[in-house]
Amino acid sequence: MPHIRIDGQQIPFEEGQTIMDAAMAAGIYIPHLCHNPEFTPHGSCKLCEVKLNGRNCSACTFPAADGQEVESNTEELNTLRKRITQMLFVEGNHFCPSCEKTGNCQLQGVAYHLGMLDSHFPHFYAQREVDASHPDIVLDRNRCIFCDLCERASKEADNKNVFAIAGRGINKHLIVNSASGKLGDSDISVDDRACTVCPTGAILVKGEAYKIPIGERVYDKQEIDIVSLETDT
Amino acid sequence: MELFIKQLTRKYQHQATRLLMMLREVQAQYFYIPSAAIEFLTTELDIPRTQIISVVEFYAFLSTEPQGQYDIFLSDSITDHLLGKQDLTKYLCHKLKTNLGTTRSDGLVSINNTSCTGLCEQGPAMLVNGYAIGELTQTRIDEIAGLIEQKIPLNDWPPALLKVDDNIQQQGLLLSTQLEKGAAMRAAWRRGIMETLAELETAGLRGRGGAGYLTAWKWKFCYESVEEDDICNTEVHTQHQRYVVCNADEGEPGTFKDRVLLNNYAHELIEGMTVCALITGARQGFIYLRGEYLHLYPKLLAVIEERRAANLLGENIFDEYIAFDVEVRLGLGAYICGEESALIESLEGKRGIPRNRPPYPVTSGYLNKPTVVNNVETFVAAAHIALHGGEWFAQYGTKKSKGTKILSISGDCARAGIYEYEFGVTVQQILDDCGAENVLGVQVGGPSGTFICNDEFNRKIAFEDLATGGSFIIFNESRSIFDIVQNFTHFFADESCGFCTPCRVGTSLLKKQYDKIHQGHGGAGDLVELQEIAKLIRTASHCGLGQTAAQPILTTLERYPELYQQQLQKIDFEPGFDLDSSLEIARKLSGRDDEHAHLAQVEDD
Ligand SMILES: Cc1cc2nc3c(=O)[nH]c(=O)nc-3n(C[C@H](O)[C@H](O)[C@H](O)COP(=O)(O)O)c2cc1C
Ligand code: SF4
Ligand code: SF4
Ligand code: FES
Repeated sequence: MPHIRIDGQQIPFEEGQTIMDAAMAAGIYIPHLCHNPEFTPHGSCKLCEVKLNGRNCSACTFPAADGQEVESNTEELNTLRKRITQMLFVEGNHFCPSCEKTGNCQLQGVAYHLGMLDSHFPHFYAQREVDASHPDIVLDRNRCIFCDLCERASKEADNKNVFAIAGRGINKHLIVNSASGKLGDSDISVDDRACTVCPTGAILVKGEAYKIPIGERVYDKQEIDIVSLETDT
Repeated sequence: MELFIKQLTRKYQHQATRLLMMLREVQAQYFYIPSAAIEFLTTELDIPRTQIISVVEFYAFLSTEPQGQYDIFLSDSITDHLLGKQDLTKYLCHKLKTNLGTTRSDGLVSINNTSCTGLCEQGPAMLVNGYAIGELTQTRIDEIAGLIEQKIPLNDWPPALLKVDDNIQQQGLLLSTQLEKGAAMRAAWRRGIMETLAELETAGLRGRGGAGYLTAWKWKFCYESVEEDDICNTEVHTQHQRYVVCNADEGEPGTFKDRVLLNNYAHELIEGMTVCALITGARQGFIYLRGEYLHLYPKLLAVIEERRAANLLGENIFDEYIAFDVEVRLGLGAYICGEESALIESLEGKRGIPRNRPPYPVTSGYLNKPTVVNNVETFVAAAHIALHGGEWFAQYGTKKSKGTKILSISGDCARAGIYEYEFGVTVQQILDDCGAENVLGVQVGGPSGTFICNDEFNRKIAFEDLATGGSFIIFNESRSIFDIVQNFTHFFADESCGFCTPCRVGTSLLKKQYDKIHQGHGGAGDLVELQEIAKLIRTASHCGLGQTAAQPILTTLERYPELYQQQLQKIDFEPGFDLDSSLEIARKLSGRDDEHAHLAQVEDD
């Protein structure tokens, strides 16, 4: 079987796997947000940046090839990842203490993992729309990080087409496929995979709030690297 | 409206890949894209409305809000600024009694800024309903305002107003000869396909769009790519579902040489594309023409028609039943669509988002089929090589950069325009030829290239020294580095496609940070921060746009550290938030402007 090396550790891979696939299979955590092994890789958040032959590439999209020397868990790359995470925090409006997702949020989990203690950059205070039109689901765009997982889940798992990303550059935003643009008029249903795939609190199912108390949630108990490898997300 | 959309979709054969062409016509008809039109298009094309909305919101020349019947876009390139664009903008707004960024209340006219329109040597420039007008002066603006107020249709405007000059100043290998129609294709066919590919390799031709990849290799990889569905097999030739794409997006501020090639050398261009088709076995070609060059569209269509009539395009080339045809698709104002994989997405009727690579277009491009994407100038050079052979070409230029380069020269000089040089020419030589004096520096290769200062003018134009897609902007000593870099930094923030975090958020942070320093609010820490963001964007971005967006800052910081230091305040920290100016609205509302209505940012000791 062909091999690659990540931070000096030799790991096998199969033809067609990405660096991320190989790493996950071997129990090596590479921080990621827009990646979820259930869906086609996207490569947009850039948290999974690793160094290959001295150049950066995204582990979640780059094909593994025999003999690759990959650097991942280095101070340089972790600082870069922390800065990218901070960028995501200042771009949107993330008030963790008042968010239902706190403790279960991957953005927060990654931030803890990378030792992020402040937002570093000035906040954008973006104007984002909240859509509570659906009886069972809320869409709070303030917390959207444009990972595109909801779009992919809707297409690939639900065979629908509920979400899409529109707008250019910093005006990027999430749109909903219905004549009114509201979730309530779309064909989403509460048991769709798209409703639970969101790594942040942007898409929440109503009526679930605080069933699990703060302090006993996923990333309250275990760090994201361990959770990620155990649950394959 | 339903009828209009039905006719429109029929005209474009219900092909969703042609969505941008259809939306262009909807915008021209209604001055915006009404949501009803989106619904009709969704039904007619059988694509989700979200795809249409995301396209409408992505491209600068489409809008969801009504624009004026005369929709004006002012070119906001640094070259326009050098020629007095800012004062003329004020004058134009004053004349038309409206503001920048708005549609006049009677709906007659709207004025917005747009990135470089490619009329850099004849600026300041604007687009009116997509058509270019250059050399703006107060007199010309008076004339334009008059025509608009009298509601004269654009078709009836004086042709002199809409005339775009070529301004060819110096001709070389490519510009001095026009090939006999069909000569290069015939030479290639007679010599043999593989033999012609070998000639191209001997020629050492490298891509003229910036990256400088060897053209022969690109064509070879496409030719070799595994493809089961051969769709046409005759005794003499095998053809496949492969595509040849000409990148005529020319969006890099300061470059306009493709404009001139498309205007005067379109036969050579299409000849080069056809040679590529013969080699790769492609049956279909596209010219992706930037929307700013709408004035060239009819001309290109006429050239294509002429070639079809001569059996140089169509179903039966050389009477050998070889098929190849070319379609022109127009862009709609997005610099990122010059990036080859974003261009392919755009050709498919989508937002211009760069793809993940690998796979590269040569194995998986348009509709995931093997695709060659080359710059206009590359195809023109390839046509000449197909006719004259590789040795002929390789005798010019330097060891690593063969042949000639066509430069677009603009900015502070006496004779701006198009210059063709052998590779290896020094910057000083160019400056002498175009009559540039008291030069502060030159931006070589556009904002994504390098700023060089006046002790580097012995450097050479070549891939091994100063690589350039063709942009060459000259600044004299009266210009401010900060104004130049600010314009470029804003450009990248405006043009970032938004796909990846480092570039999307980073270019906006960079813009804020640079503005803060430019306005004199920067403290010592701000320069360090500026550099940190710049380097992060460069290393972590998904595509060439992000990877080069900080170039203007990094290359000038390297050359003028003391200038930047002087620009800083003598304090360690200056908050990004300007307390006093944010009270401006409150002051206006309360009608106060006394001492107590102001707050000091930092308490004086
Ligand atoms: C942001 C960006 C913009 C680009 N714009 C253009 C362009 O306008 N024209 C062009 O020919 N190449 C452009 N390129 C380069 C293309 O991606 C590609 O390398 C080129 O079209 C290949 O053709 P060539 O090998 O003939 O140069 C751009 C690249 C990037 C990253
Ligand atoms: S709503 Fe959630 S899943 Fe969808 S793009 Fe935003 S962050 Fe990702
Ligand atoms: S680097 Fe910028 S332009 Fe390129 S993909 Fe990322 S956001 Fe888009
Ligand atoms: S996880 Fe790879 S880019 Fe987002």
